[in-house]
Amino acid sequence: MSAAEDANRRLLRARDAIDRHFAAPLDVPALARVALMSPAHFIRQFKAAFGEPPHRYLQRRRVERAMALLRDSAWTITEVSLAVGFNSTGTFSRTFKAVVGQSPSTYRGRSQPLPAPDCVVRAWTRPAARAVVATGSSSFGEAAVPTGP
Amino acid sequence: MFNAITITAVPVLDQDDALAFYVGKLGFKVTNDVDMGFMRWLTIALPSDPERHLLLEVPGPPALSEEVGSQVRDLLTKGALGLACVLTTDDCRKTFEDLSGKGVEFTQDPTDQPYGIDCALRDPFGNQIRITQPHQGPVEITEADKARWRAGAESS
Repeated sequence: MSAAEDANRRLLRARDAIDRHFAAPLDVPALARVALMSPAHFIRQFKAAFGEPPHRYLQRRRVERAMALLRDSAWTITEVSLAVGFNSTGTFSRTFKAVVGQSPSTYRGRSQPLPAPDCVVRAWTRPAARAVVATGSSSFGEAAVPTGP
Repeated sequence: MFNAITITAVPVLDQDDALAFYVGKLGFKVTNDVDMGFMRWLTIALPSDPERHLLLEVPGPPALSEEVGSQVRDLLTKGALGLACVLTTDDCRKTFEDLSGKGVEFTQDPTDQPYGIDCALRDPFGNQIRITQPHQGPVEITEADKARWRAGAESS
């Protein structure tokens, strides 16, 4: 395994940790430890490997999981937001609307459960890029890390 | 026209490391290990399904140019080559516990699905493997399922 392949594999391990533990209070230092990198290096390398910075990948995973719960469950908006890792319903609703283009309740009213296996849903329905969204999640720690040149 | 799927290729970075994982941890058996001079023909299979083999192959020269081989290995280690296989088991949660104890990296905990219980893991190189415990016996289709399918058909 070349050095680049080894770095890829460690970054993938961190991305897998996001996919598996998205509801936990993840932050850059913890994910950087999974990748065995310094936080600043981790952020740069993650973006280079996967095309988006780690906080955005996490945000889109949380929104994707929220979309699934809104489609498939009768949970309240507050229950959904807590279940996917948001601390406040306000932040969740703002982020959801910015990413999806409609509010959680509007989305729920217009959507149906998808007749596809869960793994396919997770891989194929994570929202793609729209506007850059402020997460309001300063606890993630990315903004606090100097990314350097 | 065809009879069966007998061999499927899985890209790996190192064949010995692949054996340590697939045989040593997942419980596959080596079915062919032949030094052909120009390549090592290495296949594995499950003891319970000996006619379906996985060919463990290292992408690189001379089959691929150094540059293209490197591109494939780059995608592999980013997890971008997708699913190596879906394995079935009689007990997904126990398999998850056993393999977790052996240090296998899971990407999804056992999850209840309409079709059974499943979870997912990564091999050491980046391939994804899913494990499914299918529901036994007839699966009851409820009125709610029918309503959901009707709605899906109408909205598509």
